[in-house]
Amino acid sequence: MNHRIQKLRNNSINAINTLSAERALLVTEFYKFAEIQETPVPVLRAKCFRHIMRHKKICILPDELIVGERGNMPKAASTYPEICLHSLEDLEIIHKRPKVSFKVDDNTRKAYQDEIIPFWKGKTQRDKVFENMTEEWKNAYQAGVFTEFQEQRAPGHTVAGKSLFQKGMADLKNEIGSALKKLDFSNDPKAKDKKHELEAMEIVADAIVEFANRHADELEKILLAEKSEARQNELLEMIRICRRVPLNAPQTFHEALQHYWFIHLGVITELNPWDSFNPGRLDQHLLPFYRRELQGGSLTTEKAKELLMAFWVKFNNHPSPPKMGVTALESNTYTDFSLINLGGVKEDGSDAVNELSYLILDVIEEMRILQPSSMVQISKKSPDKFLKRAFKIIKTGFGQPSIFNTDAIIQQLLSQGKSLVDARNGGASGCVETGAFGTEAYTLSGYFNLNKVLEITLFNGFDPGTKKQIGIKTGEASSFQSFEEFYQAFEKQLNYFIDIKIEGNNRIEKLYADHMPAPFLSLLIDDCISNGTDYNAGGARYNTSYVQGVGLGSITDNLSVLKKWVFDNRMLSMKELTDILEANFDNFDQWRYKFVYETPKWGNNDDEADQHAARVFNSFHKAVTGRKTYRGGVFRINMLPTTSHVYFGSVIGAMPDGRLAGEPLSEGISPVQGADHNGPVAVLQSAAKIDHIKTGGTLLNQKFSPSFFNSEEAITKLAALVRTYFKLDGHHIQFNVVNADTLRDAQKHPEKYRDLIVRVAGYSDYFNDLSETLQNEIIERTEHEGI
Amino acid sequence: MLGLIFDIRSFSVHDGPGIRQTVFLKGCPLRCAWCHNPESQKNETETIRKNKKIGNKVFSSVEKVGKWMGVDEVMKIVKKDIPFYEESGGGVTLSGGEPMMQGEFAGSLLNACKNENIHTTIDTCGYAEPQVLESILPFTDLFLYDLKIADEQKHTQYTGVGNQLILSNLKIISKNNKPIIIRIPLIPDITDNIANLEALRNIIESTPGIIRIDLLPYHSSAYNKYERMGRIPVYSVSENYDSQKAAEIKDFFNNSAPFISIGG
Repeated sequence: MNHRIQKLRNNSINAINTLSAERALLVTEFYKFAEIQETPVPVLRAKCFRHIMRHKKICILPDELIVGERGNMPKAASTYPEICLHSLEDLEIIHKRPKVSFKVDDNTRKAYQDEIIPFWKGKTQRDKVFENMTEEWKNAYQAGVFTEFQEQRAPGHTVAGKSLFQKGMADLKNEIGSALKKLDFSNDPKAKDKKHELEAMEIVADAIVEFANRHADELEKILLAEKSEARQNELLEMIRICRRVPLNAPQTFHEALQHYWFIHLGVITELNPWDSFNPGRLDQHLLPFYRRELQGGSLTTEKAKELLMAFWVKFNNHPSPPKMGVTALESNTYTDFSLINLGGVKEDGSDAVNELSYLILDVIEEMRILQPSSMVQISKKSPDKFLKRAFKIIKTGFGQPSIFNTDAIIQQLLSQGKSLVDARNGGASGCVETGAFGTEAYTLSGYFNLNKVLEITLFNGFDPGTKKQIGIKTGEASSFQSFEEFYQAFEKQLNYFIDIKIEGNNRIEKLYADHMPAPFLSLLIDDCISNGTDYNAGGARYNTSYVQGVGLGSITDNLSVLKKWVFDNRMLSMKELTDILEANFDNFDQWRYKFVYETPKWGNNDDEADQHAARVFNSFHKAVTGRKTYRGGVFRINMLPTTSHVYFGSVIGAMPDGRLAGEPLSEGISPVQGADHNGPVAVLQSAAKIDHIKTGGTLLNQKFSPSFFNSEEAITKLAALVRTYFKLDGHHIQFNVVNADTLRDAQKHPEKYRDLIVRVAGYSDYFNDLSETLQNEIIERTEHEGI
Repeated sequence: MLGLIFDIRSFSVHDGPGIRQTVFLKGCPLRCAWCHNPESQKNETETIRKNKKIGNKVFSSVEKVGKWMGVDEVMKIVKKDIPFYEESGGGVTLSGGEPMMQGEFAGSLLNACKNENIHTTIDTCGYAEPQVLESILPFTDLFLYDLKIADEQKHTQYTGVGNQLILSNLKIISKNNKPIIIRIPLIPDITDNIANLEALRNIIESTPGIIRIDLLPYHSSAYNKYERMGRIPVYSVSENYDSQKAAEIKDFFNNSAPFISIGG
């Protein structure tokens, strides 16, 4: 990387995360003077967006090529008081907490105290969410049966499609114009609502153009003071670009990147949607610009690489907005989950790997930064050269790129009713979530704690954690005569809590549809404009809401222990077992030994254990999939944890698999840490026993020591390992390449490992930023040594 | 018919091409002084002490090493990984111990693999009756063949048997046009002296069909295994093999086969 990029990269890495009150103040100012009662909600939100884009401080850093910051400097994170208001105590916690902190200065505190808190207290979306939940929901939420994604952040989770790179705001406004003309006020009862939504979209389209022009104005000021002729020429080009995009469709490579970046800022400023926003299939979207300009001589490979690197820095400058409470526990990271997709297939089904896919891999390897995340889509048509190139980056051990199965993703999307073209244009975002890019609103609603339901079943609906009867009475543990009876009780509890979760989800979806539309995001996802309907109200072509299952490995092992020791060989009564659990195995080491070492476990390709995984998976799938959402879509499942497996573990007592009270659960569909002892093939075979095609993504984490990657031959074998897993319909696999000794040393000497990035679960993070529990958990995950 | 097996491992990446399962047969006619698999030597079940931790408490148990298994029982396990063999060009490797010591069982197992279109490899010390070797040859796609010491007397001193049979069996395999990978354990002063290496090189260069040489540097990790079996190793040094020296030996064999690798 050249000197400029080095400088920008260092600035970004060394920037301190701060909390910025700028957005919150602008929103408060707007609402104070807005005619709230008289203005339709979408228009109100659009005007609020315009107010921010018109008045926020423009931040342009020396030597930048791509411009625009959400905050007033890199890593200054905005807040969203209309969604979630931070109290002064919250600010102190965010400022002081040892992990994932954001520094809060006195001016910010004062702004919160004098302006923001007095105005928003009791009026936020978060207040509405909790006011609308039932007692049952609140009990389950407090007990840690599930989390709620939309209590501090807006729905989102979506990804740009190719049309985003082919249209400017002028084109979108034409589309809005024709949609307005087509409104049928005499026959469509929603015509008036649609008119308001479309008017709101017009306002935000203009607002983002105004925002770009403000950057051009600022660049002109900088140009006047600039002495270097080379930089003057760059600035002139940047001014030209900021005046052209996003008003018009981009024509050049540089324009395409800046165009996307303004839009990205629009999405993450309008609201705080989960997973920020994401350019998706970047090697596909940029290819026409790249080839055209390379041929015409106006771009070189080196210049393209420099622009991409400058683009990468912009992502890294934007941490996820500060999270609190359960939301911070379930997603305890600065990462905001923008996941660049490379490879896959084209619309016509042919292999999509191209020269830009390799160039972007070079960028990922050299940049080695936290954000954006990256992944390769491997289809059966992808060349081995591409997969092996990815492995050479993976082996350097910073957890990127992760590897996804294009053919499984397409099958998933087709089975959900997407068209073949929309499916082939899809991919994975966030951690591992399948989506039809540019056409689907797919939102995650919260993690679901399968093992908590098991614990509650063992105690007849009583939660030992909160000491409340929160489940239904399915029978005293000692009353179960067979494993079947017990499992049926578990399934009843599962369905009961899923019903609670889904009822809550639908209420929350309605709250977002009614009170918190996102007209700017709606501009970008088909067919919100032609439907005249907001993204948050079901305007997209496809609408899916996910419930994410957590702890499949743990629950499998728990059931395996119960079946073997209580019901099959009857060495232990259910009462004795629950006594052991309540004692947290204190004085029961012999039993714990048997549970840990003498019981079939998930991840060893042993049907004795694996049958339970498939069964729980199917029960979970049956309970959720196909149920209707408020937005007019359906609920589906996926299997990923982010960091919720640590939180969910913290609310569960000792469990039959030998796990002590409070310890983390297994993550994704990976085996319990240390429970797999037959090597990676057995892990993959176990993992393939659930039907990945029925999900919207599964997460499998494999930890390998660096020695596994030390020769071409070894990499060839790993490539074959991945290909076979994908032939068995596996969705995703990620490799954590770092040895346990290094991690232990990093725990002792964090100062020496400031740049150590490890794979957590669907994303990478700085090892130093992880909680100690999570650090330990990562160290304990099986490290497969060469056999 | 039953075979005595002491382990079956999947994803063994050092025992032949692709992703493989390795079936370890128990019993070996040799007693190499440096043997890193002491549990593989006796053709009978034995016990080994295992220590497993629960919290800070160590649970010590005595476990049986070796299990009598039928061909069908083994096939049921190795067939599980067929998709992985097919994708990677892998298959099944018989190792030991010395698989040919249970020649009839080994032959049936290899035959059963071939019936499932699974690639077969045998990892052998070469010490077996020629009839046994000839009976398994048709079902074996690749030989991993150990050559340790060229001098007959020293071979007897360090392994307990002479090397005549080993060298003549190598010729039989070569004549049958089966591909051979030669494996040479690098044991300080015993196998890695220049006289021995030169003699081994002569044997290799005069044997057609050798596609690769794997140099296997001595590893000190076996000591603990001996202890847990209540035995004392004949040969033991605490340091692992000098990697510089291994590289020099690799250069020494440079023209003797198309590929030379360290570590197999």
